[in-house]
Amino acid sequence: MEIAYFPGCTLKTTAKKLEDSALAVADALDINLKELPNWTCCGTVYSLAEDDLMRQVAPIRTLARTEALGYSTLTTLCSVCYNTLAQANLFVKADSIRLEKINNFMDEEPDYKGNVEVKHFLTILQELGTEKLKSAVKKDLSGLKVACYYGCLLLRPQSVGIDDCEQPYILENIMQALGTKPVFFPYQVECCGSYHTAVKPEIVARRVYRILENARENGANLVVTSCPLCYFNLKNRQKEIKKLYPGFKPMPIFYFTEIMTDAFGLTKTLENI
Amino acid sequence: METISTNKEKRSTKLRLVLKKQEDWLKKVEEISGQNVFACYQCGKCSAGCPMSAEMDLLPNQVIRLLQLGAVEPLLNCRTIWLCASCFTCTARCPKGVSLTRLMEGVRLAIFRTRKSDEISPKEMVKETLPQIALIGALRKLTA
Ligand code: SF4
Ligand code: SF4
Repeated sequence: MEIAYFPGCTLKTTAKKLEDSALAVADALDINLKELPNWTCCGTVYSLAEDDLMRQVAPIRTLARTEALGYSTLTTLCSVCYNTLAQANLFVKADSIRLEKINNFMDEEPDYKGNVEVKHFLTILQELGTEKLKSAVKKDLSGLKVACYYGCLLLRPQSVGIDDCEQPYILENIMQALGTKPVFFPYQVECCGSYHTAVKPEIVARRVYRILENARENGANLVVTSCPLCYFNLKNRQKEIKKLYPGFKPMPIFYFTEIMTDAFGLTKTLENI
Repeated sequence: METISTNKEKRSTKLRLVLKKQEDWLKKVEEISGQNVFACYQCGKCSAGCPMSAEMDLLPNQVIRLLQLGAVEPLLNCRTIWLCASCFTCTARCPKGVSLTRLMEGVRLAIFRTRKSDEISPKEMVKETLPQIALIGALRKLTA
């Protein structure tokens, strides 16, 4: 089955590594992803205003185009895109009047009827099953102790969460199937400070310090994530952490898909760990 | 909109005076957010789990309490509503099903819709290459 793939803006720039590795993973596992030809920005942060339909136009336009091309599933790699598209989808599915107004407003687009399911790539991997992942593994990664960081938007609000919002296991399952050892990591669902990184980097540095130290205390050699914003905060804010806490030791950060391509023998990203 | 007072004494007298006047404002926040502030019974669980509480001047449950009282002025002057990162932790954990995440957005939007000026300007943003989601996210949350 062909699945529509929505990259989103960041996947084409700072998170190119996530896109490249995820597409290689999909290829290796025979998941047929097809980039949506005419995607636009999803709107980034989901609007929480009940009375402002204008802010829903961006995600619904993408869903309308997906549906018009005959797809029933739209997948994303970015947690922010996932959350915005999935919440917008629920928002219009819950109320036909809202949907009608948005459809009328976008009269140059085909009407959206509400028949697209938004799925994060992690859910697609979970549905594929760990046996399939295990059979694709070519390299022994049993020495790796991995802290799986979820952040907020994959899990909350629960209406769109891909797993339990307090004790998720979807990333751990995948990491285990690859042969690595996921560690206990209670801070995995704590917010990293998100977009505040653009204005108040020191707040993000204080958040990330606690998250990374929690991973280290539990024996992790590296942290994996699926979100380009979390990735940036966890990785790049280590510079600011070092200034605030001089004793801090760097912690390697990877996209979960980078670990997968290494395990499948397609890349050697982890060689220097 | 009332003027922002920095004088503590003046603020506390005003607080009592404005209680009735601000009913509209509460209604506006409830309308935008779709939440009923009176469903909250002040258990404090939202504040206990909030990742930003260490940086905040008002605790998240205090924001709701002020809304319940119709005391808007402290909200207009606080850092808290701008520090809330919409992480949904409070929403996920509230035993009464209140979405404080939505109420925080309701307060931000009610302020934006009245004063029509931004909370940050692009000049105040860090000068480094950021993922677009960080830039656009901050601008969408912190500008009118
Ligand atoms: S957790 Fe819910 S009920 Fe408790 S104080 Fe916060 S909003 Fe109110
Ligand atoms: S949504 Fe805002 S108030 Fe609620 S826990 Fe997150 S940062 Fe705190």
